[in-house]
Amino acid sequence: MASDTTTTQLAVATAVPEAAPRTPPISVIGPIAWMRANLFSGWISTAVTLALAYLIARWVIGFVDWAFINAIWSVPNNQTQACRDLRGTGACWAVVTEKHRFILFGTYPYEQHWRPALVCVLFVGLYIVSAMRRFWRKELALVWILALTAIGILMWGGILGMPYVPQERWGGLPITLILSTFGLAFAFPLAILVALGRRSKMPAIKAICVLYVELIRGVPLISLLFMASVMFPLFLPEGMNIDKLLRAQIAIILFAGAYLAEVVRGGLQALDKGQYEAADALGLSYWHKTSFIILPQALRLVIPPLVNTFIGFFKDTSLVLIIGIFDLLTAGKTAIVEPAWQGFGVEVYITIGLIYFCFCFAMSKYSQGLEAELNRHRRR
Amino acid sequence: MSAAIETVASAARTDAPPAITLDRVNKWFGALHVLRDISMEVALGERVVVCGPSGSGKSTMIRCINRLETHQDGRILVDGKELTDDVRSLDAIRREVGMVFQSFNLFPHLTVLENCTLAPIWVRRMPKKDAEALAMEYLTKVKIPEQAKKYPGQLSGGQQQRVAIARALCMKPKIMLFDEPTSALDPEMIKEVLDTMVALADTGMTMICVTHEMGFARQVADRVVFMDRGEIVESGPPDTMFNSPQTDRLKLFLSQILRGH
Repeated sequence: MASDTTTTQLAVATAVPEAAPRTPPISVIGPIAWMRANLFSGWISTAVTLALAYLIARWVIGFVDWAFINAIWSVPNNQTQACRDLRGTGACWAVVTEKHRFILFGTYPYEQHWRPALVCVLFVGLYIVSAMRRFWRKELALVWILALTAIGILMWGGILGMPYVPQERWGGLPITLILSTFGLAFAFPLAILVALGRRSKMPAIKAICVLYVELIRGVPLISLLFMASVMFPLFLPEGMNIDKLLRAQIAIILFAGAYLAEVVRGGLQALDKGQYEAADALGLSYWHKTSFIILPQALRLVIPPLVNTFIGFFKDTSLVLIIGIFDLLTAGKTAIVEPAWQGFGVEVYITIGLIYFCFCFAMSKYSQGLEAELNRHRRR
Repeated sequence: MSAAIETVASAARTDAPPAITLDRVNKWFGALHVLRDISMEVALGERVVVCGPSGSGKSTMIRCINRLETHQDGRILVDGKELTDDVRSLDAIRREVGMVFQSFNLFPHLTVLENCTLAPIWVRRMPKKDAEALAMEYLTKVKIPEQAKKYPGQLSGGQQQRVAIARALCMKPKIMLFDEPTSALDPEMIKEVLDTMVALADTGMTMICVTHEMGFARQVADRVVFMDRGEIVESGPPDTMFNSPQTDRLKLFLSQILRGH
């Protein structure tokens, strides 16, 4: 009986609000409403908006004039007089049209340029395939080995009817891609091992890892490159010589490894202690625990700083110019040494900047997507 | 009912060697003496509930049993094997001892099913199919087989804790340790977890359970151990302990617990 009355009371209580269903408040949306709220909300705001709009418009118009309307796109036979007459008012893209193959491939034999071009295409293809999650399985390692072997064969040649090209003549974009791809591909696993080693309970391993990280981090990359190119050969026995590019490559791997190791260590430390304990309590061995429980979570946590470091190192490979290796930036710099083209640095550097930007922006965008995708399990 | 349990327990006590033996175990956190000469035996099939005020060392003691904490003095034997620094024997012991944590500690990047199959596949070397069948069996026992493909973050606290129990059971442990399994749960979810634990107790599992749930202790425990300031103050069957406590410390603790309810 008592419960009956409560039910009726409840029914009445729920019936009342149902009579007047409430809709959420109408939100103000649309571009005009947005602009009113964010750009013209008061007289100071309006003044700042107008002033900035004026400056931006002037700059954009000036740039479009210079880069497109007044620009010269090609000149016949290195006759750069037309370009020189336009100094300051129009861009001389002719320098890029004329020199693009040198900028991209350096001093590689001209008639063999298809080989480094194919190498660049292979690298980009390798990045795209590796970026797709559906290809993330064991076979991918095989694809990498095959692709990197093909890249080596293409660059050196000497077989399959391709003439041999010594490493001293390589240059431009392939050098940048080789240094950064091999560099990060080897530095990343090294970094994981060092990060794990730094947290090891075994004193010797821990000491070695701490020493490595602190020594390498305490020295500028330039001095490491110098050591690799100038000092290292002095210690080698007479007649033995290791390729200059390889030495620079090793210096970059060691340097990137130390920095990445600290990023990975941050992830290992950020991970909840309970995860380690749960894995231990299940009786998982150290390597099973690390590879199935700890690393997958720790690396997800540090995707933003990892990619930050990746992007930094992609650009830092340009430092190899100081030991005389022709990467993309050095090749561009050398392209305008010729008297006819002196003084057109801005156009060349803008072009090179755009190439760097494409790679770095792609990495950044991809990492954002990956982060969202991999952390989906955190959402409800 | 309780008499039947006691006979089973005492029968086990006489025949088999104890499942767990703690012999004058001591532990310090820095200068703080957190375990003082703890000696205790748990027989195979026995259910022990450990209670005591916070900071009394009860969690530390239970965590010493599978060496999530290391004791500094005394001996701990689990399933007849002594706990030492030797990694192999430690892994062998951990295989036989399941643990359920206060904060669940499920692996958030793996599905519920993967959480349950990971250790059987890699530690017990069980084929994936068998491990999945076993996992589904235990998920059914804890009444959430339909959540197998979800991620832990998509489940409620009570469901997560039941998954954690299933995950530990998938290793077919001989001993189960519960470290305050209901303390992080909302009140309406405590019952579903306790029901699961009662059902587990009915299968004859050896259990050590740190909890403040006195109703659970009365229902399943063969013995209640009361700890305070790092030592075992009193222990005995739940009825004796709760109805006629011998020490002032237990009286004080019980009055505080009951006031809270």
